[in-house]
Amino acid sequence: MKTDELEKNLGLVPAYNDYEINNIVTGFTSDLLSDVMGNADEDSVLITIQAHKNTIACCSLAGITAVIICSGRKVPQDMIDAAKDEGIAIFTTKDNQFTTSFKVHGIL
Amino acid sequence: MENIPINTDSPSVIQEIIYQLKIKDVMSKDLITLRKSGTMRNVQVTMAKYKLSAIPITNSMRILGLVSIEDIIKALDYGYINDKIEKHMTRKLIVLEDDMPLSFAISYFNKYNFGRFPVLNKEKELVGIISMRDINAKLLEHLNSAMQALENSILNENPSTIQSNEKIFQTTKFNFEIAGKASTEIKKSLKKLNLDRKFIRRVAVASYELEINQVVHSDGGTIKAIFDKDKITIIAKDRGPGIPDLKKALTEGFSTANDWIRSLGFGAGMGLPNSKRVADGFDIESSESGTTVKVDFNIPKELI
Repeated sequence: MKTDELEKNLGLVPAYNDYEINNIVTGFTSDLLSDVMGNADEDSVLITIQAHKNTIACCSLAGITAVIICSGRKVPQDMIDAAKDEGIAIFTTKDNQFTTSFKVHGIL
Repeated sequence: MENIPINTDSPSVIQEIIYQLKIKDVMSKDLITLRKSGTMRNVQVTMAKYKLSAIPITNSMRILGLVSIEDIIKALDYGYINDKIEKHMTRKLIVLEDDMPLSFAISYFNKYNFGRFPVLNKEKELVGIISMRDINAKLLEHLNSAMQALENSILNENPSTIQSNEKIFQTTKFNFEIAGKASTEIKKSLKKLNLDRKFIRRVAVASYELEINQVVHSDGGTIKAIFDKDKITIIAKDRGPGIPDLKKALTEGFSTANDWIRSLGFGAGMGLPNSKRVADGFDIESSESGTTVKVDFNIPKELI
């Protein structure tokens, strides 16, 4: 599924517009960056509450192209800037990681 | 007046100093104070005697006001130098707290055009006074030792030994701002070599874990990548304090990271195990003077 379809189908809120559109094959849910680094598949969407810049560095290295920040957490500007540089989309949702994972799994 | 530069573009060593130093580490603690019942003349004499530019007016440990040299000049000018202090002292004070990082004090000097700020502790007692002079002196002192450390680390990495197929990056303790930069650069270089994504990712995982380990656990160090024809080697070398129990450190889930590190998503106890798992070769040595981890990756024959 394409990144923008994921946004529309799940009613996600993009943290910035005109993000790079990629093909999303699967998802990974974790708040531990080492876990993401070691175990997430490439072309995943990451479901997490870690709303900070280091999450983007980790995604970029792991080949993850989209992040969903759960539970309505605020995305800081330096995270958005880093995501733009790395071509990673960021979305936010009020849902928690459990509900978000369920929804993402359902449409992929 | 020109702003004092304080921003995230500053080199990490500067940022580390201004965010890690607290106001109490920098302020003057030898306080000369006067009571409000004295006269402005008393203030003037005390200032001259101790070469001060401002005197806090207190009642035991509570600050009531401040008389600055500007106030004394005015008092002399308008002829009220023999008036009581309480009539002319500045009562509207901007104060700082002793536990705040030094960066706060610098931004206050930027914001307000004052020569000094009184410093209170949590109990609202006056414990010091901070001026730009205090800040300059302390900053220079810390910059000197930081530069010394930097020079030493450069000497350790003799430039003539850095080959054209090598890249070297510095890491600093607790500097999460640039954590991941070395790995990102290494990944970019690998992409240029047209290696496949899976291979690049294995190298990226190891270099990122080793880089974060240095930021979280060590006093800082270097990440070196060596790009050979048939293999890629990453050498992570830090300046201590060393790993007391290597066996434990290599156990998945074992971590010595504190709560705030964990709240950032680090410290899961997977750093070294992850690096070892993805690498073809893994070597670790640790003593109090530092830890060196060497990982290598054999480039698949069909890609050479």
